[in-house]
Amino acid sequence: MGKNVMKFQNVWFRYGEDLPWVLQDVSFEISASEWVAVIGHNGSGKSTIAKLMNGLLFPQKGNILINGLEVNEETIWDVRKQVGMVFQNPDNQFVGTTVRDDVAFGLENRGIPREEMIRRLKSSLAAVRMEDYELQEPHRLSGGQKQRVAIAGVLAVSPQIIILDEATAMLDPNGRKEIMQTVKTVKERDDVSLVTITHDLNEVTLADRVLVMNEGKVWMEAPPKNVFAKRDELKEIGLDIPFVTKLAAELTDRNIFLKTEPLNHDELLEELWRFHLNR
Amino acid sequence: MNNAFIIGQYVPGESIVHRLDPRTKMIIIFMFVIVVFFANSIWSYGLLTVFSLLCALTTRIHFSYILKGLTPVWFLIVFTLLLHLIVTKEGEVLFRIFSYPIYSGAVAQGAAISLRFFLLIMVTSLLTLTTTPIEITDAIESLLQPLKKIRFPVHELALMMSISLRFIPTLMQETEKISKAQASRGVDFRTGTAKERIQAVVPLLVPLFISAFKRAEELAMAMEARGYQGGEGRTKLRELKTDRLDIIVYALFAFVVILLFVIRD
Amino acid sequence: MEISFKQVSYTYQPNTPFEHRAINDLSMDISSGSFTAIIGHTGSGKSTLIQHLNGLLRPSSGKVNIGSYQLHAEAKLKGIKELRSKVGIVFQYPEHQLFEETVFKDIAFGPSNFGVDREEVGGRVDQALQAVQLPEELLDRSPFELSGGQMRRVAIAGVLAVQPELLVLDEPTAGLDPKGQKEMMNMFHQLHKQKGLTTILVTHSMEDALAYADHVIILNKGEKYLEGKPEDVFTRQQDLQKVQLDVPEVIQFITNVKDRFQVDLSYHGQTIKELAEELAAIVKGENRYE
Repeated sequence: MGKNVMKFQNVWFRYGEDLPWVLQDVSFEISASEWVAVIGHNGSGKSTIAKLMNGLLFPQKGNILINGLEVNEETIWDVRKQVGMVFQNPDNQFVGTTVRDDVAFGLENRGIPREEMIRRLKSSLAAVRMEDYELQEPHRLSGGQKQRVAIAGVLAVSPQIIILDEATAMLDPNGRKEIMQTVKTVKERDDVSLVTITHDLNEVTLADRVLVMNEGKVWMEAPPKNVFAKRDELKEIGLDIPFVTKLAAELTDRNIFLKTEPLNHDELLEELWRFHLNR
Repeated sequence: MNNAFIIGQYVPGESIVHRLDPRTKMIIIFMFVIVVFFANSIWSYGLLTVFSLLCALTTRIHFSYILKGLTPVWFLIVFTLLLHLIVTKEGEVLFRIFSYPIYSGAVAQGAAISLRFFLLIMVTSLLTLTTTPIEITDAIESLLQPLKKIRFPVHELALMMSISLRFIPTLMQETEKISKAQASRGVDFRTGTAKERIQAVVPLLVPLFISAFKRAEELAMAMEARGYQGGEGRTKLRELKTDRLDIIVYALFAFVVILLFVIRD
Repeated sequence: MEISFKQVSYTYQPNTPFEHRAINDLSMDISSGSFTAIIGHTGSGKSTLIQHLNGLLRPSSGKVNIGSYQLHAEAKLKGIKELRSKVGIVFQYPEHQLFEETVFKDIAFGPSNFGVDREEVGGRVDQALQAVQLPEELLDRSPFELSGGQMRRVAIAGVLAVQPELLVLDEPTAGLDPKGQKEMMNMFHQLHKQKGLTTILVTHSMEDALAYADHVIILNKGEKYLEGKPEDVFTRQQDLQKVQLDVPEVIQFITNVKDRFQVDLSYHGQTIKELAEELAAIVKGENRYE
């Protein structure tokens, strides 16, 4: 992995002086073009992390660096150029009266000249495959389509880091697939770093690295395989593990030892086939 | 979505009137509203009527549709006419209805006022029929620019209007959703005394307000995350252009106005 | 509560340019005491269908029978309030319907509307609160101070306090974390068994339908596409794929094993442990079909 684009250094945060700490001494780094998934049950501090990442909130203690630049009142507008964010509710982040107006919103805010704006608008709508909907009004779009427009809006300002804060939580299964497909394409196209905050275990398996949050602390930081290997401990902190991992564990109990921790059907089948041949 | 029919709702089209700069339309309508009050003879009223009807024809929207949009004001127009017939006692008696005299002056005045009223409403409705709400917003923002000098928040006003427009359908859907949920819990919105009906609205309004506030909060955060920091230094995707067509239309309207002043008494 | 739909169609905004037929010639029967899952994409007619269950909508044609009540196009149902007191609908994101100053008042709102006497309402609120597993201390709090999960439970208690015979759940776990989802579904399953309810669950989750339902109906474009026992419906993988629906992961996996190992393995409601047992036998070569 390349150099780090984001760094949390001993970050503490709470919403009020007499309220409990939501984040306690959180430190981690994210590298260029890395995909990091943040998981944890509701109230574990995940969404607070997202808001700290682009200066919607500021820590009481500790530092957050984006490309070496400290996030504070003076730097937030520069930070927000580099960190794009997609939120949970598809309706409540759609500002424009049409798709093209919404994608342009971020560009307008940054004073991009009109010709450039139109060029970027077209290319980012194409990247999320929404180019045929340019003049569509938001209430005629599905949740998944609205979220794709939100991603296009973020892409248009070409940030280095994109955060998806439970962006698929309110979508149906097809909408989720649409978004994950879009995110994969976009990541390849623009070579951005991705932070996905999610409950969806299938999304987690796609990430390079997982940050597990529990009660405001980083509970674990490892690739998905290693995280899911800790199934009992995960259960204790209220997190689930994928079907494949559960099944693999049961198989291990029955003396079928797998070389690596499988994350999907193909990997598990491959392992089983290998065991079958070597029996 | 049961927004089947809204008065003056935008009808998509490609007509000359649709293609005009919304500012042109607004300025001409504003002038027209003033000019109408200078008409004082059959000929001058005739001129304005012909002008208005020509405008309506040019939109290529079915005339019956335009008239249908005026349904709620028909009552007012007829009422104005009747009032004049009864109250005004000028000129000679034309005829009697159940021995009540109707004067010629009353007919003339009543007709003139009603016609004036009709023309005003029709021409104004042409604006909303041929211009999307967001175009109107842009035009208002542009026309109010001079007020910026006295610190009038023109950009904020326009943004407010456009966000309201954006959220109207969303909030309508939400209203329907919540009213169905409450109806399932035994609320009856349709029957009962006036007091009961007002009380029935509370379980609808409270959740609506709460959700609207939540939306506002989230929207504000999303806007901030997308770099919104006020109107300063912002560029715009939607632009308004006054071109040759607009100049021709201005000239035509000026000609009508001059003609009006020539032929009025 | 017995439910039957006979050739039901529903059209929104008929005779306008916006005309849209949401349900088309739908017939189905749901037996009393069953747990039925209704599955389909957004726009498949699910939400239109459930609004027929308590008379929020009346069919444009055809007949709907709910217990002894009948809805049809010709006339309004007279006992609609009575029907609504017997059919509880938990809509999507039910916490959005909360409005009272206290949790108690909000839960009591439904029963009071349906004319339950004051003394009885108190008892019903307590019962409902217990059913949704919330502590009594919450009764005097404002519902808006609670956490998202608690708010949803209060809203559900508000529906349960009416003591419906038919409980309709429209994606009741949307937006909860996995742990919350599981707890919520277990709660409904328990209620279903304890109170002898007829339950209808509208869901996108094949896993939930497989785990809790005894009857599955799949809707596609306003028509009934498949119907039957979960293990029968969900093993028709090709039919489901035609309408872009996934099968539950267990069944998908079993199919994959079958293809790879060329063995006769099928889904018969086995748990993960049982499946692991069968798989172990296969890979160790103890399978008699090999």
